[in-house]
Amino acid sequence: MKKVLSGNEAFARAAYEAGVGVVSSYPGTPSTEITENVSHYKEIYTEWATNEKVGLEVAIGASLGGKRSMSCMKHVGLNVAADPLMTLSYTGVNAGLVVIVADDPNMYSSQNEQDSRHFARFGKVPMFEPCDSQEAKQFTKDGFSLSEEYCTPVLVRSTTRISHVQTIVELEDRVEAPKLAPENNIPKWVMIPANARKRHRFVENRLELLTELAEGGKYNKIAMRDKKIGVVCSGVAYTYVREAMPEASTLKLDLAWPLPMKKIAQFAASVDKLYVVEELDKFYETEIKAQGIKVETLERDVCGELSVDAVRELFGVPPVEADVDTTLPFRPPNMCPGCSHRGIFYAISRLKLFVTGDIGCYTLGLLPPLQAINTTVCMGASIGMAHGLDKATDDMSKKSVAVIGDSTFLHTGINSLVNTVYNQGHSTVIILDNTITGMTGHQPNAGSGKDIHGNPMPKIDFAAICKAVGVKEENIRVIDPFDIVNAMEVLKEETSKPEPSVIITNKPCIFADRSVIEEPYFIHEDKCSGCRVCTKLGCPAIAWDASKRVALIDENLCTGCHLCIKVCKFGAIEQRSK
Amino acid sequence: MKLDILMVGVGGQGTVLSSNIVCDVALAAGYDVKKSEIHGMAQRGGSVVTHIRIGETVASPTIPLKSADIVVSFERMEFLRYSEYISDNTTLILNTQMILPPSVADGAAEYPQSKIDSVKSRFSKVYEIDAISKAMELGNQKIAGMVVLGILAKSVPFGKGEWEQAIKDRVPPKTIELNLKAFDTGYNY
Repeated sequence: MKKVLSGNEAFARAAYEAGVGVVSSYPGTPSTEITENVSHYKEIYTEWATNEKVGLEVAIGASLGGKRSMSCMKHVGLNVAADPLMTLSYTGVNAGLVVIVADDPNMYSSQNEQDSRHFARFGKVPMFEPCDSQEAKQFTKDGFSLSEEYCTPVLVRSTTRISHVQTIVELEDRVEAPKLAPENNIPKWVMIPANARKRHRFVENRLELLTELAEGGKYNKIAMRDKKIGVVCSGVAYTYVREAMPEASTLKLDLAWPLPMKKIAQFAASVDKLYVVEELDKFYETEIKAQGIKVETLERDVCGELSVDAVRELFGVPPVEADVDTTLPFRPPNMCPGCSHRGIFYAISRLKLFVTGDIGCYTLGLLPPLQAINTTVCMGASIGMAHGLDKATDDMSKKSVAVIGDSTFLHTGINSLVNTVYNQGHSTVIILDNTITGMTGHQPNAGSGKDIHGNPMPKIDFAAICKAVGVKEENIRVIDPFDIVNAMEVLKEETSKPEPSVIITNKPCIFADRSVIEEPYFIHEDKCSGCRVCTKLGCPAIAWDASKRVALIDENLCTGCHLCIKVCKFGAIEQRSK
Repeated sequence: MKLDILMVGVGGQGTVLSSNIVCDVALAAGYDVKKSEIHGMAQRGGSVVTHIRIGETVASPTIPLKSADIVVSFERMEFLRYSEYISDNTTLILNTQMILPPSVADGAAEYPQSKIDSVKSRFSKVYEIDAISKAMELGNQKIAGMVVLGILAKSVPFGKGEWEQAIKDRVPPKTIELNLKAFDTGYNY
């Protein structure tokens, strides 16, 4: 049967068809829907892990235990999981293990544009690179067999244009994987130096065997067309090349690593000019040139993504003259109406605090009118950076806060808080506990009280964690983020203390708990003074009528969160039902 | 056959369901199809764009510049952001619903009505509909997208039966009848 599937649905389907038993991942755009879709297959145990390192380690344990396993993450997630990956390369696997890593060229929803192909070379492990959903499924399935055959973890690289593109896929049945006993093999699995030295040799030998596979007939096919131009390409870039230059001969790299250098040399010899078209870094190009193979120079930008038009332009086709109107009023991302972050950010903004931020919806606190985020680096960075700021300056801890979400705190924030307490820092940390992983589309986490299927689970008590790591009980403040006056008071108190403090907000994301949504509010035109204080909250439901000089509320958007009535000094805002 | 459809709108307008149905119909009619969409960072209110490409074989999942056959704009001004895809033969299907961008709602900018009128004249054909009103006449404004889809169906070479089947497969069972009615409203518009 054929079906139109997104790349992410196809990756999930591959896990199902390949008889996978365990999947553990941390959400991250554009990879999140892989694990969400896996969770719909009842044959597979699926979980949200606290971070990517944990997710991969769970997958390693499952492989050790004899079940095929998978972990899926975004590109920066692989940085977090890089520690286990590098040594997993040495141990190898018991049952097949595949890691799917989704890059985000053009950074539609990411903090950097790193190219994950480097991790395959770095870790000396094979990496597949599909060009559509059919290949996403096929290569992932192949990955599990290959993992077992060569005793290696297998990486599959996706990009936003693979994960979030739908193409036609031929569905197949699930085939249960061969049942393997849990493995107890100390020389293989205990990576003390004496054992690891032997395993490093194994890794180098394995890479040679994998290179033979890459040179063989199954993958990395040459398609000879016009001999004038030969293009080495992979992934979605291959589809752009096929459309932009249908006459060009191609060598399509199904395996991004290891590279089939003999085949590439043979291809180079059979065309007049050899080109490399790849997205992001000059990864293939650098490797191919290092072999002494002549590659023609293209003026390709290593920033951003490619397209059919971009490839045409690389080969000298004059660019299509198309006007893009950049003066249109934008529709920037914004915190939702009713968002529990808005009140606390308003309070922070009023106090003009310097904010070390983190990764999540609350990064949007950066935008006007709130403008209350000063740094965003990576998951969990807010707390460590606040501590560094404190140690480097005389009084910044009194004028700054770290802001981190519940899921991000559990991901990699806890360890930094331990560090702050241990090293006697003075910083104030705000944990925005909205009970869900918001930005990636509302996945539950260990603080949500439910698992990936929505089943009840133990709920992490954030205040108890902070107390347990040594934050004084009187410096742990649980507050209602909609109560701006109290929030400002608590912020002043805690930032002034020469000790670590934690402020925890306690209202859910409106998508985590729909029961918090109430009747909408409206503004009495005659009572509105036109002071515009309510519009400074940055709520998408509040608009300004320039002709009447009054604020108004879009009742279709308003969730009745009460925040605006707390800033209106004229009693002009009232709830619809009352 | 080559059919490149650009669907644009504002987050929350239901463009994803509509574009999924188009893909199902193309598959059922025996064509290759690819669809690319960008999930923005905003939950609601962000600009949303979906590329749908249908043909004997489709390579790139995104539409090259100046080569959309049909632009479906679920919101009155959104097609303006993607005018680089308009060719001399592009059809515009326009839902006249207005969703104010924040800067317009805030009074800092004006809704670009004059630009809408001028860019509209560059299309070879324009179908305009107030889909929200049509949907409300049928009793639920959430089915406005289905009205727009009905107009699209009339403009492309697939059987009406295939559209109806795809709708039945994609919408909640209880809402099939209402969705089909909305589709018909657009189809017969």
